Amino acid sequence: MNLVLSIALTHVRARVRQTIVGVIGVATGVGFSVMMAALMEGSQNDFVTQLVDALPHISVTDQRRDPPRQPSQDAYDAVEIRGLSTPVTRPGIKNPYAIIASIEAWGAGAVAPSVQSRAVLRFAGRDTAASVIGVDPRREIYVSKLGTQIVSGSLDDLYKTSNAIILGSGLARKIGARVGNSVTLVGGVGRAVSANVVALSHSGVNQIDETQSYTLLKTAQILAGQTGLVNEIRIKTPDAMEARDIALRVERETGYKALSWLEANEDLMSAFQIRNFIMFAVVGAILLVASFGTYNIISTITHEKTRDIAIMKSIGLPAKIVRRIFVVEGLVIGVLGVVIGWALGFAMSWGMGQVEFKSPFMDATRLPILYSPLHYAIAGGVALAASAVAGYFPARKAASLRPVEIIRGAS
Amino acid sequence: MTPLIEARGITRIIDGVTPTTLVAGIDFSMAAGEFVAITGPSGSGKSSLLYLLGLLDIPTQGEVLVNGRPTRDLDEEARAAMRLSQLGFVFQFHFLLPEFSAMENVMLPMRALGKRSEAQMRKRAFEILDSLGLADHAFKRPDQMSGGQRQRVAIARSLANDPLVILADEPTGNLDTHSSAQVLAIMRGIVDSSRDSDRKAIVIVTHDLDLAAKADRRVHIVDGKIAATPY
Repeated sequence: MNLVLSIALTHVRARVRQTIVGVIGVATGVGFSVMMAALMEGSQNDFVTQLVDALPHISVTDQRRDPPRQPSQDAYDAVEIRGLSTPVTRPGIKNPYAIIASIEAWGAGAVAPSVQSRAVLRFAGRDTAASVIGVDPRREIYVSKLGTQIVSGSLDDLYKTSNAIILGSGLARKIGARVGNSVTLVGGVGRAVSANVVALSHSGVNQIDETQSYTLLKTAQILAGQTGLVNEIRIKTPDAMEARDIALRVERETGYKALSWLEANEDLMSAFQIRNFIMFAVVGAILLVASFGTYNIISTITHEKTRDIAIMKSIGLPAKIVRRIFVVEGLVIGVLGVVIGWALGFAMSWGMGQVEFKSPFMDATRLPILYSPLHYAIAGGVALAASAVAGYFPARKAASLRPVEIIRGAS
Repeated sequence: MTPLIEARGITRIIDGVTPTTLVAGIDFSMAAGEFVAITGPSGSGKSSLLYLLGLLDIPTQGEVLVNGRPTRDLDEEARAAMRLSQLGFVFQFHFLLPEFSAMENVMLPMRALGKRSEAQMRKRAFEILDSLGLADHAFKRPDQMSGGQRQRVAIARSLANDPLVILADEPTGNLDTHSSAQVLAIMRGIVDSSRDSDRKAIVIVTHDLDLAAKADRRVHIVDGKIAATPY
């Protein structure tokens, strides 16, 4: 065996208790780091996934970011406009299918129109406020998860019956309606429509399931009193992270405000960045504390081994070999700690993943855990680097010892 | 013939509020096949002289030459390399690595030098231990051996890389009479057996006048200077 490794392993083996304490320190640091990273990033990814799944990547609405440009602004360099009255226009996006065709033409992704309206849902003598979303079922399945959230009946049943409606499972439970029942919808402009419940949807988010219902576009347009208009075009981009760029282009080309999910949740994304910073700071602190343990052990060994170091140097062992011996001792503790820490981290992550989490707002779920090799690599790498540094400083001190001073003192 | 070790006017002064002179302008030379004893009262500077001759310490003035090669301008790594390949040390305390067996302790300098295979190192270490009567103790750790046996292992370690000169600082200082006689006989034997090849010498620092009397030559140190031998 290599001389350095053989001496280092012998030193480490000879101090079983100290070595175990050091290894436990590193293992705990690595284990908790891995578990924390798995939990934090798992929950973040889960949240983002839910957010991205629940919302369209891009929402095009009938709003405009800036007032329309006036002809005089183009004709003269210095124009100031004050008190300009906004022209009265009907709310909604005109010619939605022409706009959809133009967006689809350059491959922005899947596109679907929708009409958002509020209505009072009347069933068995009870009135309940509900959100009625008019959709195009053939397109809707590509931009939202509605198709997979149908728990009774199917999305296509919207076509099969006149004035069909899909109720959120919570909403149906609240009013006591079932598939096959007939409900009455009273829209904001006072129009009443009788609709047949053809299916139930269940998203898992109570707030959605207890308030939302889905009809064909036409039914929602009648309720909202905006025939031929939609108030939202939703786009699901091939890559969710490209939504911002695509939204800019859509807005430029259509003139309507196109809001990407990234822009809509900018504050949340900033919060995630801060959360990640805190996570890495805590993980770093854990590993730093563990490295102090290693430093302490290697320092103790070098202190105890002063005479051995002197004799090795007097024999002629170069300072670099003496230095390496103690750095390797730090690394041996580090490697053992990292391997055990990985196993510990995996076990703790798995254990956390088994914890069932109940929320009044959502279905019961387990804590989301992300098993990423990167977490293990980072925690292991940082722990090993910390162990090497923790070993290096006592090692440097050991290597700089002048043997004659020790020998003279011992003689 | 080139001396194996030569000191030219070496002085060693320890800096401090009151500088202390350990060795003052000593000229010393030692040829192959010689067994030299350095004697003197406690604090006379004999161990300090040995450390200077063994390149463990650096003279404040003067120069030490090993096998004709000046050492003044060598850095610590080069001095260590010279100690490893050309010098062997035996101290009053055995200074063996406590966690390692006698074999492993003897193999240590060979492994550091890295010129032999593992099998060759094992073979040579065992042969040296066997020649010193330690074959049965080769795999024992120092705490499983007597003081005399440990000191013989230390001698074996000093021989590991076949050095030109063995420097011993009070090697019998902690031993009983029987063990002292054994150690002395071994050292005498090392010089005598290498006389034909003319390539080994031993310099020994001792209080033991009987031991000094068995050396080929005796150098007496008083107050850091070579003095006339008193008897």
